[in-house]
Amino acid sequence: MNVLELHNLRKSFGSELVLSEISLAVPEHTATVLIGASGSGKSTLLRCINLLDSIDDGQIILDGQEISDPKIDVDVVRRKLGMVFQAFNLFPHKTVLENITLAPIKVHGLSRDEAHHAALELLKRFDLADKADQYPDRLSGGQQQRVAIIRSLAVKPRLLLLDEVTSALDPVLVNEVLSVVRDLKQDGITMVLATHEMGFATQVADEVCFLENGLIIERGSADQVIHNPTMTQTQDFLRRVHEAGRL
Amino acid sequence: MSTTDSPVHQQVDRAVAWSPSQREQERTLIRRAITRRRILVSTISSLTVLAAVTAVILKSPGWTVVKTTFFDLHYGISVAHLVTRGLITNIELTIIASIAIGIFSLLLALARTSRSAALTPLRFLATAYVDIFRGIPLILVILLVGFGVPALQLQGITSNVFVLGTTAIVLTYSAYVAEVLRSGILSIHPSQRAAARSLGLSHHQTMRHVVLPQAVRRVVPPLLNDFISLLKDTGLVSILGVVDAVRAGQIESSRTFNYTPYVVAAVLFLIITIPLTRYTDYVLMKSINRQNAQGSA
Repeated sequence: MNVLELHNLRKSFGSELVLSEISLAVPEHTATVLIGASGSGKSTLLRCINLLDSIDDGQIILDGQEISDPKIDVDVVRRKLGMVFQAFNLFPHKTVLENITLAPIKVHGLSRDEAHHAALELLKRFDLADKADQYPDRLSGGQQQRVAIIRSLAVKPRLLLLDEVTSALDPVLVNEVLSVVRDLKQDGITMVLATHEMGFATQVADEVCFLENGLIIERGSADQVIHNPTMTQTQDFLRRVHEAGRL
Repeated sequence: MSTTDSPVHQQVDRAVAWSPSQREQERTLIRRAITRRRILVSTISSLTVLAAVTAVILKSPGWTVVKTTFFDLHYGISVAHLVTRGLITNIELTIIASIAIGIFSLLLALARTSRSAALTPLRFLATAYVDIFRGIPLILVILLVGFGVPALQLQGITSNVFVLGTTAIVLTYSAYVAEVLRSGILSIHPSQRAAARSLGLSHHQTMRHVVLPQAVRRVVPPLLNDFISLLKDTGLVSILGVVDAVRAGQIESSRTFNYTPYVVAAVLFLIITIPLTRYTDYVLMKSINRQNAQGSA
């Protein structure tokens, strides 16, 4: 069963077309990886799926329900979605534990004890238990991003959206975040993620989509798209990534 | 470099065993000499200016008159208790007003920053309100409310000048404080809102738990400034006949034609406002340092 389906999505900012003819099916327990240069539309696509940006045309279907219907309650839809941002976006005035338990308590109606217990379990699993009462600015970038991932997991989302979660990190901190995402993939969490880390993409992707100027130029398994691309745009992009030492 | 020591050990040893080099010791001596000279120069120049100002004042032909008219120590002490009693009225008024201002200005700021369609009229009204009350001199609002409202002779409306004066101040100050709060709300980066909404928090919950706590913290220094202004401006209600510190000074002074009671009132205000101003400065510096630290992290 497909957790997410996109049919002919179209989105423009003013006169600039940023997404066009985007169709995608994300089956349960799979990871779809979006690759492409900055400005190719990866982040916008993720924001559209989360209804943070509106679309101009097309359909977004989550668990068989059309969520691009204007009459839909966006707050109810977002309870099923988790999103992790490039810049972490942790709440600086709240401790790690408060960041994680805010939505479970306020949105999902868990008691404080239940929410704290679940959050501490997650923190323990990802080696952050000793940071529970710290404020985000006392944490390294890698730790902050892991907390942000835990925060989005704490509401048990049907679908996790990850927007270049390692792009704001020091090279040495990238792996601690990526290994968390690999664990989640092992757990069978369904996800759509945008990344510049091609090695990582190869490891987790069930499907890779290469975007350029808002279009999906090439799609298929990691082996096809990243290692044996057929389209010249994909080849060009991957050569540039390779030259930058990121492959 | 030794090959047996691990780099970590070398670092630890170096930190423990460090003693300043010859050159560093020389530099320390030079720095101390420079500091000593700076202190000497600033002390001498300050004393010179102070001595000159004092001499000019004391030697000026009118000083004796000025001293007895404004700075009569014995008279000042004898009226201090009256003026202090008045000042307590100012403090009461400040406390009551600041609570009311806090609530009202928050509602105004929320109305002005809301984007909901249903609240469009409210947003319009709040904007008009802020425009009007920021643009009218406070003293006019006090006169209009303090003398104008009782003139209507409406049933159930008080003619208590303390209440009316407080109301006038709340009306004006809420407009100012609402703008400070609004600037704080608008200064919170949209990514914070996006993160909260992506977790399923409603607009209202996002405001309450994510935006407002950060916004208020960010505008504490300007809010403290407004608080100090508020305390001083409570003196304006004296024109309605409220016996505050200003009015108490005026009553005494018009009895004796000596202006020392006014100076006593001024000194009493300063005793409260100067520490508050210093505290505001301290809070401001702390928040600037915090922001700079975040920027470099």
